[in-house]
Amino acid sequence: MSAPAAAHYTSTGLDSRKIAIWAFIGSECMLFVSLISTYLIYKGRSIVGPFPHEAWTSPSGQHFKPILNIPVTSASTFVLLMSSLAMVLALSAVQNKELPKRTTGDRILGSSKLWLWMTALLGTTFLGFQAFEFTSFVHEGLTIRTNLFGSSFFTLTGFHGAHVTAGVIWLLTLLAIDYRRGLGPKDALNVDIAALYWHFVDVVWIAIFTLVYLIK
Amino acid sequence: MATTALPTTGTLTAAPAYEGQSGIWSWLTTVDHKRIGVLYLFTALTFFLIGGLEAEIIRLQLQGPNGHVVSAELYNQLFTMHGTTMIFLAIMPLSAAFFNFLIPLQIGARDVAFPRLNAFSYWVYLFGGIFITLPILFNVAPNGGWFGYAPLSTRPFAPGLNIDFWVIGLQILGVSSLAAAFNFITTIINLRAPGMTLMRMPMFTWMSFVVQFLLVLAFPVITVALVFLLFDRFFGTQFYEIAAGADPLLWQHLFWIFGHPEVYILVLPAFGLVSEVLPTFSSKPLFGYPVMVYSGMLIGVLGFGVWAHHMFAVGMGPIGDSVFSLVTMLIAIPTGVKIFNWIATMAQGQLRFTTSMMFGIGLIALFTIGGISGVMHSSPPADLQQTDTYFIVAHFHYVLFGGSIMGIFAGIYLYFPKITGRMLDEGLGKIHFWVNFVGMNLTFFPMHFSGMLGMPRRIYTYDSGQGWDTFNMMSSIGAYILAVATMIFVYNFLKSRKHGAIAGANPWGAGTLEWTIPSPPPEYNFAVLPTVTSRYPLWEGDERDAESARINSQEGKTADELHIVLPYNTIKPMIVAGSMVIMFCGLIFAKPLIFIGAASMVVSLYSWLLSPLEPEHH
Repeated sequence: MSAPAAAHYTSTGLDSRKIAIWAFIGSECMLFVSLISTYLIYKGRSIVGPFPHEAWTSPSGQHFKPILNIPVTSASTFVLLMSSLAMVLALSAVQNKELPKRTTGDRILGSSKLWLWMTALLGTTFLGFQAFEFTSFVHEGLTIRTNLFGSSFFTLTGFHGAHVTAGVIWLLTLLAIDYRRGLGPKDALNVDIAALYWHFVDVVWIAIFTLVYLIK
Repeated sequence: MATTALPTTGTLTAAPAYEGQSGIWSWLTTVDHKRIGVLYLFTALTFFLIGGLEAEIIRLQLQGPNGHVVSAELYNQLFTMHGTTMIFLAIMPLSAAFFNFLIPLQIGARDVAFPRLNAFSYWVYLFGGIFITLPILFNVAPNGGWFGYAPLSTRPFAPGLNIDFWVIGLQILGVSSLAAAFNFITTIINLRAPGMTLMRMPMFTWMSFVVQFLLVLAFPVITVALVFLLFDRFFGTQFYEIAAGADPLLWQHLFWIFGHPEVYILVLPAFGLVSEVLPTFSSKPLFGYPVMVYSGMLIGVLGFGVWAHHMFAVGMGPIGDSVFSLVTMLIAIPTGVKIFNWIATMAQGQLRFTTSMMFGIGLIALFTIGGISGVMHSSPPADLQQTDTYFIVAHFHYVLFGGSIMGIFAGIYLYFPKITGRMLDEGLGKIHFWVNFVGMNLTFFPMHFSGMLGMPRRIYTYDSGQGWDTFNMMSSIGAYILAVATMIFVYNFLKSRKHGAIAGANPWGAGTLEWTIPSPPPEYNFAVLPTVTSRYPLWEGDERDAESARINSQEGKTADELHIVLPYNTIKPMIVAGSMVIMFCGLIFAKPLIFIGAASMVVSLYSWLLSPLEPEHH
């Protein structure tokens, strides 16, 4: 997007933006480690329900099921994992934009617009799942104020969702550029950086899915 | 040693070779790391004076028993803001002033990796600093201590706006530090001149490099702690709600996982500065350079493993206490290594006792005292006697004033000529040093005794007859002497900026790369990118070092004449920073501001990212 930095001398030969995004990801790791640790420390400490994996009956006799819906979240996890695959294909399409496309397969694989759209759509689908999950939790009686589980769960997954949202906006921005002037090999680094961020957000979700949803 | 001859006095002007770069607009739009460094320096010194004034009022209150200069409520605001200001608005940004000004010069670069992001960091710092400082004028300044312990800082216990300003203000300042840290990590990894290998980097750049990693890893943790507190206060979450089953130690753990690395964030840049000062005025290379690098790294790593020594009094049990006690004792080893290496650097050198050198030696002496009382706290039984007393206040002022501030003064006296082109007055400088040295010790040494006699921290007044009166009087007199010392410094600073002797490229006969270029440096820093063949190119380099030094020390050429492409000036980073702060203000003042700020931030951010950094290359 900005002027090519490659025109400048660098000690490593890498573009500076590539190093900066890794430093940023290192910092983001500590952010999610803190959020996930708090969730785990508070696991089982809530005084009132609903609880993630156990049923609960309130003193007034109201019954609450275990609230986490693992089949639905498995589906949304699969969607997010597939978005990473689409992102890899989008980057490869941008990098190889100038290679000749002989077959229909070449043309499909070589379409950066298709794969960027696919990544953004899968990301949005994941967000849709999350919106569905949050609303159904609220209907079942769990809000961010209900108990420690609610506070730490919504904050952790909400932060992750905000990261996915930022990623989708980033992808849509790349798409806008692609439609305006076409993304080519000289833009590969910009797409590469967006991809690194996207995969990172995906990996964080794998950690969250395992630690929050799967482990009882 | 073969010293490369450079003009040391030479030219008649000390005016920077900046074309059309004067007036307030040029400062608002600058992306030049040197000018941003100067902005940091002036802003941070202003906050240093504000934090000092707060300390003076505290000492006035405690001068004698039953003082009532200020109310208990205002006293709480004063000690909270004194700590917050000195840590986040004075010492960290003073270090940042040196990161900005020096790192590109020391590694032979024309600027930092992301010049506009650098401007953004500064503006966020300035606006965040104003945001957190102004409330004291309206009696609603933060009042929960610089550590803001939750649950005491949650809404039920702290209902006013005070803590809101603190939580949001620190969140804003965190953005500034993180953006700067990404920038400097990239700069140091990627913009070193040919031949400037990692193990040839000047020690200040090395210690700064370690500090950037501490920032990157420590700040997200306090961000999360503050987000929890913010959500508790504004949205009714229960992170710190003990009645809901919350852990009363959650905040303390998160805060100190950040807070202890923060101590090294404050002191390592000063260590780096002193590691430039001592070789320069001992006329010999730093002793044990690799060990200095490794001990700096080790301090950084161990710094993440000692946080709970701030929490011995909470009853973690014998295993937790023992582990954190041992790691705390361990961290004294790399720190001690540094002390001995500095002393060995001076041994058998040709010592010149300039003001800068005196502050440097002062750091070694005073930091060692603070370090020794620190090792005393590492033993939990001893710590239980000392925790929350003035003994602790004495300890951390010996490391922060005796360490960080002394190191920063040493750095200012060393680098003022490079920054302004003029020398700071040495006569006034030496008076400043001695008044400062006497005032510092008279203020903080007696606190060891008042602490041992049981005087608690953070009390706004005390009764007589507890044996604390004399020591408090001594501390207060010391604090007034420190005020005099600071005034001498401010006078010297302002006077020498206009009337100091012309410095020339290398007034001290120092050995590192920043001294090969004119003072003040031209906009582009280096007319040719230097080729580096040694740690001290001006002292021990071969003919390639000498050749680049000869070319780079010449003055008067403009960037255009040399065909050097420089980034455009731009106001956009400042607008993004301002919009972000407006967005945060919305949480306190009026909700619509959140959306106005966010919208303005998105628009200006896109405008920034879509505009080119610099003219097309020819």
